[in-house]
Amino acid sequence: MIAASSAPAVIDIQGVTRRFGATVALENVSLRVPRGVVFGLIGVNGSGKTTLIKHVLGLLRAENGSVRVFERDPVADPVGVLSRIGYLSEENDLPPWMTVAELIRYTKAFYPGWRDDDAEALRHQLNLDLGSRIDTLSKGQKARAGLLAALAYRPELLVLDEPSSGLDPLVRRDILGAIIRTVADEGRTVLFSSHLLDEMERVVDRVAMIDKGRIVFTAAMDDIQANHRRLTLRFAEARSHPPELPGALSWEGAGQEWTAVCHGRTDELQTAVLACGGQIVEEARVGLDEIFVARMKRTPASVEQE
Amino acid sequence: MQIHLSRQDGVPTYLQIVQQVKHLVASGRLQAGEELPPIRVLAQQLVINPNTVARAYRELETVGIVIKRSTSGTYVSDAGSPLARRERLRIITERIDSLLVEARQLNIDIDEIIDLLRQRDKALPSPSSAE
Repeated sequence: MIAASSAPAVIDIQGVTRRFGATVALENVSLRVPRGVVFGLIGVNGSGKTTLIKHVLGLLRAENGSVRVFERDPVADPVGVLSRIGYLSEENDLPPWMTVAELIRYTKAFYPGWRDDDAEALRHQLNLDLGSRIDTLSKGQKARAGLLAALAYRPELLVLDEPSSGLDPLVRRDILGAIIRTVADEGRTVLFSSHLLDEMERVVDRVAMIDKGRIVFTAAMDDIQANHRRLTLRFAEARSHPPELPGALSWEGAGQEWTAVCHGRTDELQTAVLACGGQIVEEARVGLDEIFVARMKRTPASVEQE
Repeated sequence: MQIHLSRQDGVPTYLQIVQQVKHLVASGRLQAGEELPPIRVLAQQLVINPNTVARAYRELETVGIVIKRSTSGTYVSDAGSPLARRERLRIITERIDSLLVEARQLNIDIDEIIDLLRQRDKALPSPSSAE
């Protein structure tokens, strides 16, 4: 289902930098999202995820570098780009005075590809009443209405910016289900930002970790888990500071025992541990959240790519 | 086909599916000729990316556990039974390896472990009543 890397990417961002006054919101960000992939952006609040997504939607103009979506410039050709994107954000600013029926008619007017039967099936699935006014809906129902508006015209690219922040598990499940249905239709692509790593782990093919406007790490989800280990090392003598170990991301410990989340192949790590005079007394796989924390503690000199 | 995904231990999702399908085949809960759920059905059931299910099925196909019939679906292969024994042995070998590693860390030697295994085997109810 994943397109060859030679095919044009759905999203192609090259060297984008963005400042707001003295604040650097994005620093030399490059990102490629191939067709048919669920791409996850992970980062804490304020790391630059939303700013990056606004560039994809053409809401912000790149000061440096270039942004191409479907090989077009979203600022120069907003209609050509946005008519192919479904977008749902945390803000989810639907017109509050509209009813669900009016929202459907209003959204339909923008999209030639709209299909009434799809919209109706989706509305039933999401359990939305045609007559309800948006401003009377609960937070969860509002998110469902936003999802309906974003999905009913079967966009080629679905962009979700922290869609499930503060929502209950049932709505979050609807949103994940929508992502899954979107990619199950071949050729459709999803860009998904979240700080809920459990959701990321479920649905994402490829992930980029973003911190202070920089992409610090990007890899296929399966490789991330395969290539990180938590190692506990024991040394013959007590140490006052952690050992130098290539691949170690963050250290904890004291005296003779030190633990690190490490990146690398097991055999390479074993050789490196022997070289620094330690012995591995414990080795375990690590979950995405621990890897994320370890990566964020560290300020890398350059972006790593697998 | 019942798959349980765990998010704590850091095993990639596709690999968890691969291991559990192998386990189901080895234990006879999935039999030769039986059809696996279609990719999008399993993806929606587990709330995971269909690409992940597809990768797991490809992996299972490569090792010969399942065969894909071009249009109709994915089935447990007929090569099931000899493989099932190999697979059962492989699963138990993995468990033994981790037992031995832990025993070494705790300074318990192999003879003691073997004695313990015999003792525990006697203490457990017989297989017929164990179900």
